[in-house]
Amino acid sequence: MDNPLLNVKHLKKYFPVARGWRKEKTFVRAVDGVDFVIRQGETLGLVGESGCGKTTVGRLILKLIEPSDGKILFEGKDLAHLDKKGIRPLRRAFQIIFQDPFASLNPRMTVSEIVGRPMEIHGLVERSQRDEKVCQLLQSVGLMKAHLSRYPHEFSGGQRQRIGIARALATEPRLIVADEPTSALDVSVQAQILNLMKQLQRELGLTYLFISHNISVIRHISDRVAVMYLGKVVEMAQKKALFQSPVHPYTKALLAAVPSLDPKRKRVEVILEGDVPSPINPPSGCRFHTRCRYVLPKCLEEDPFFHQVEGDRWVACHLYSS
Amino acid sequence: MNEAKTMKTTGQTREVWRRLKRNRAAVIGGLIVFLFFFVAILAPVISPYPPNEGDLTKRLKPPCREHPLGTDPLGRDQLSRVIYGARISLQIQVVAVLIALVIGTLLGMVGGYYGGKFDNLIMRLMDILLAFPGIFLAISIIAVLGPGLTNLMLAAGIYSIPQFARIVRGSILSLKEKEFVEAARAVGENDFNILFRYLLPNSMAPMIIQTTLRMATVLLTASGLSFLGLGVQPPTPEWGAMLSTARAYMITAPHVATAPGLAIMLVVMGFNLFGDGLRDSLDPRLRD
Repeated sequence: MDNPLLNVKHLKKYFPVARGWRKEKTFVRAVDGVDFVIRQGETLGLVGESGCGKTTVGRLILKLIEPSDGKILFEGKDLAHLDKKGIRPLRRAFQIIFQDPFASLNPRMTVSEIVGRPMEIHGLVERSQRDEKVCQLLQSVGLMKAHLSRYPHEFSGGQRQRIGIARALATEPRLIVADEPTSALDVSVQAQILNLMKQLQRELGLTYLFISHNISVIRHISDRVAVMYLGKVVEMAQKKALFQSPVHPYTKALLAAVPSLDPKRKRVEVILEGDVPSPINPPSGCRFHTRCRYVLPKCLEEDPFFHQVEGDRWVACHLYSS
Repeated sequence: MNEAKTMKTTGQTREVWRRLKRNRAAVIGGLIVFLFFFVAILAPVISPYPPNEGDLTKRLKPPCREHPLGTDPLGRDQLSRVIYGARISLQIQVVAVLIALVIGTLLGMVGGYYGGKFDNLIMRLMDILLAFPGIFLAISIIAVLGPGLTNLMLAAGIYSIPQFARIVRGSILSLKEKEFVEAARAVGENDFNILFRYLLPNSMAPMIIQTTLRMATVLLTASGLSFLGLGVQPPTPEWGAMLSTARAYMITAPHVATAPGLAIMLVVMGFNLFGDGLRDSLDPRLRD
């Protein structure tokens, strides 16, 4: 894989939970061995249903939570084992856009403080020139100079999300993790935000990890897509390839569930039975075997490797292992 | 200063103010509190006589034209003494609540933010302090430090620490999980800045309420201790100490006890009404 900006290897996060009054140590395996690569300048869409661990992956990459195991190679440097102090100067290079624009801005700070603080922390601007820089940034995300001294509660959801984007851009980062940045917004505003993100990517050469459960949003913005199921990536491919010919049974079922606008198009009925198993006690072997239509005896015992099957397609399924 | 600017410009503050004005009890409480501050600050200007100079020929006079609240057993003007008493009370309240506010807030912030063993240690210590009845704890502290104005303020302050620690800790615990705090960490803010720029300003509402309500409790404790002879010593015109002196004349000259007693009651009621009103308007969800 050429020119990787971020290389995630066997990333794991187990959250401890105390169960019962004897406090047996059990773990929620939120992320259980995730591998993927993000190349310079591309958008990798990370899709999966609620609770599959996609948000945890985003938080891990930004080191907002500590990984239990694995490597996070950012431009070749392993972030996983850096402590709080070691990571701070590097934070400039990767930022995050949050899901809920009403919770992600400090209600007691003005826009100029919210967007200006990151610049001050990393020494990117003199105090006297801060507002000027912030102002330029606001204009690039479609806000105005007059908004500088306002507080978050004076803005609409879409505007707040723009402030969130401006904050993420303030340190001139190379990688931006967007954690469902549009799922809290109205549909019309969603499109505006997505297009703004695309435009900024073109202008600034940004790289995105775009996390969402909304397949049409992922389809709109991604270059490549990774599909997660119960703490693991099951398939990763170029967007076109993935949407036209999904190979993993879970990806097939997921795409089949997306309603089509064309009433004449025949839908391939793939209905999954049962619920997602608990990440506290995941199934043995392949985690999808409890719901898979093509289950083989091997699937119950052996966890399939995440391997390259053709060109740029990676999959974790015994059906495709030679 | 930054905070004051924030409060003035936010629309939330205007909304709080509007709700507060509609609450009649809170307005009455606020007026009493305002009057109390006014009297305390302007005591030398508005009191008709010096508080500690008596005319022994005019002992225990009932209310009359020259002495609207009568005179005490040493012939001192009751009105002037009650007015000067407001000063002492205000001083005790402000200093004691400030001690509790600063120490309690710091303990609560550190405990709530870092959690773990240190948090456990702090909160168990606070539980120990809370297990004592307030006045008993204050008496124990005075017993160690000795009576007097300074020690009284210390005692009242120390026994108010747990309330602030708990409230701030609770508020920090819920705030630190918010996305804007995660965002702060993501841009590289250090713990000190996260605590003082993000968490503390957003816990102001419960702190303001607690400060107001504590002013009432501290006044009650302080005058209670002075009444028992453990606090401010005569001839200082402190309301509790004045009550103590008046106790011997309850039957023959009831007006001597009435004046300071009413003053204590009014001010405590004022702070409580105002504090409750503030709570209702700062956090409408809490209203029962």
